[in-house]
Amino acid sequence: MPQIIVENLSKTYRVSERQPGAWGALKGLFARRYRVVEALRGISFSLERGELLGFIGPNGAGKSTTIKILSGILEPSSGRCEVDGLEPSRDRMRHVARIGVVFGQRTQLWWDLPVADGFNLLRDIYGVAEADYRRTRDEMVGLMRLERLLDQPVRQLSLGQRMRCEIAAAMLHRPSILFLDEPTIGLDAPSKLAVREFVKALNREQGVTVILTTHDMHDIEALAERVIVIGRGVILADKPFESLRTEVLTERRLFADFVGAAPDLIIPGATVLHREGNSIELSFDPAVISVPQLISRLSSDHDLVDIHIEQPRIEEVIARFYDLHGATEA
Amino acid sequence: MAAMAASLRPYRSVFAMRFMLMLQYRAAAVAGFATQCWWGFIKVMVFAAFFRSTTGHQPLTLAQVITYTWLGQAFLVLLPWWGDPEVAEMVRTGNVSYDRLRPLDTYFFWYWRAMAWMVARVVPRAAMMFTLAAVILPIAGLGQWRLRMPASIEAATLFTGAMVLVVLLSSAILMLINILVVATMSERGANALATQLVTILSGSLVPLPFFPDWMQRFLFLQPFAGLVDIPYRIYVGNLTGAIAFAGLSQMIAWMVTLVFVGHWLMGRVLSRLQVQGG
Repeated sequence: MPQIIVENLSKTYRVSERQPGAWGALKGLFARRYRVVEALRGISFSLERGELLGFIGPNGAGKSTTIKILSGILEPSSGRCEVDGLEPSRDRMRHVARIGVVFGQRTQLWWDLPVADGFNLLRDIYGVAEADYRRTRDEMVGLMRLERLLDQPVRQLSLGQRMRCEIAAAMLHRPSILFLDEPTIGLDAPSKLAVREFVKALNREQGVTVILTTHDMHDIEALAERVIVIGRGVILADKPFESLRTEVLTERRLFADFVGAAPDLIIPGATVLHREGNSIELSFDPAVISVPQLISRLSSDHDLVDIHIEQPRIEEVIARFYDLHGATEA
Repeated sequence: MAAMAASLRPYRSVFAMRFMLMLQYRAAAVAGFATQCWWGFIKVMVFAAFFRSTTGHQPLTLAQVITYTWLGQAFLVLLPWWGDPEVAEMVRTGNVSYDRLRPLDTYFFWYWRAMAWMVARVVPRAAMMFTLAAVILPIAGLGQWRLRMPASIEAATLFTGAMVLVVLLSSAILMLINILVVATMSERGANALATQLVTILSGSLVPLPFFPDWMQRFLFLQPFAGLVDIPYRIYVGNLTGAIAFAGLSQMIAWMVTLVFVGHWLMGRVLSRLQVQGG
């Protein structure tokens, strides 16, 4: 039986609107106008224990709303959502004791407290037995290399250090599910790598179910086998990342350097994007001309120095996908 | 009993943590103490002038009013004039949602935090104020303006109990302000309203017995009287015996009622709280 079941989940917000200017403000005092925003329009999916799911979509697509409903902070407007047999917003207290949540843009650790004190407070809040707590804390501290950070107040940490502490903090009560909402936002490259390694270890070695939202496609590439693309409150795709890539963008790029000046090439299925000095950049569709065919064409007619082929950048894949579905925010 | 202790552990830890944290703000305590001294002297002088200019019978003696005033200055930060700044901050940043992720009753989570916030701030300020008003003033030859001892052993005992109730009652009122802050998504309106009500109706501005006679019954029964007027009048010996017990009983009744109402309101407000963001 799946650990998370989401059926036809919808969420509408009522946002009060006011016309610009002083007159608009005055009118708003008497008659308030509301606009209804449909954040989620009937999404369904299920997740097995131990899966790692990436949630992607443009800003305003409904990713965070989904996480907030699954974690019990928001009540859905309609539809069903069940996590480990509990309905998150109804059984909030029991539900939240079993999950870990990290919002990349927020902090859950106490700003003025040393990290270690914040951890101790979480131990008491979640009622974790001392022996279990010590074991988990030491393990997390080791995995995330936090030894030197423990006695520092949270406000003195860099964003990267803080995020490592935040994720460790979310794991202290040994949740079986971890929700990560943009955990790598604003981090530098080494911190991003550290966070990804940590999440991977939690998922692969400890079997923690992970749901991750992100705008960084490298997070998805590094972590998620399964991706849900969401746009304007509906699910646009729910499949392994690789098949998403091949479906959306088949185009590849070939970069070649020649001994002399780069020749003016005319090859069916391939277009010259750029030619300068000894170098050339081609775009081609492997369905029309395969990589070996293209290389043998080039090398039989010309003297090659170097050659390499690139897949399209992952950001391009996703941008193209959003465009195809008209998913980008208005 | 063990189960109850275990279920209280999270709240006790939250209390202890915030208490320790707030005690660190020494500069704020000294600055607050200086302001409270200044206002204390002004109020004492105003009352002295008032008593010199009148020959009519007054409900409290000048010595009682002076002691009442110094007590008010010592315990000023126990008054719920504002919502908890941490809650206002959470409302601004959207961190309220993190508190909903804790397996705790959010009302009592915030209630204990508010209590820690108030008690930690009152300890250094009250200690300094008692030293000044009860010890230093007499030594400096200003004994007639001093903070006097409780009127009797009975008064001292009842006052001690009353101050525990003040903390509980004040936290319950503070929670109502917090709830208003969350409901309106801003601390401004709630704080302005609370400051007015508390300053006038608690007796912090003028002891309540100085208000007109026809208001006395209402003033004695309303919830803010328990914050200042009832405990301080017990201390100076103006409320004794059955009336003192009636005062303490009304404090308990209001505390229980307001916790009940607040708990119910909080559930309603939080369930329709919409956390913004895609």
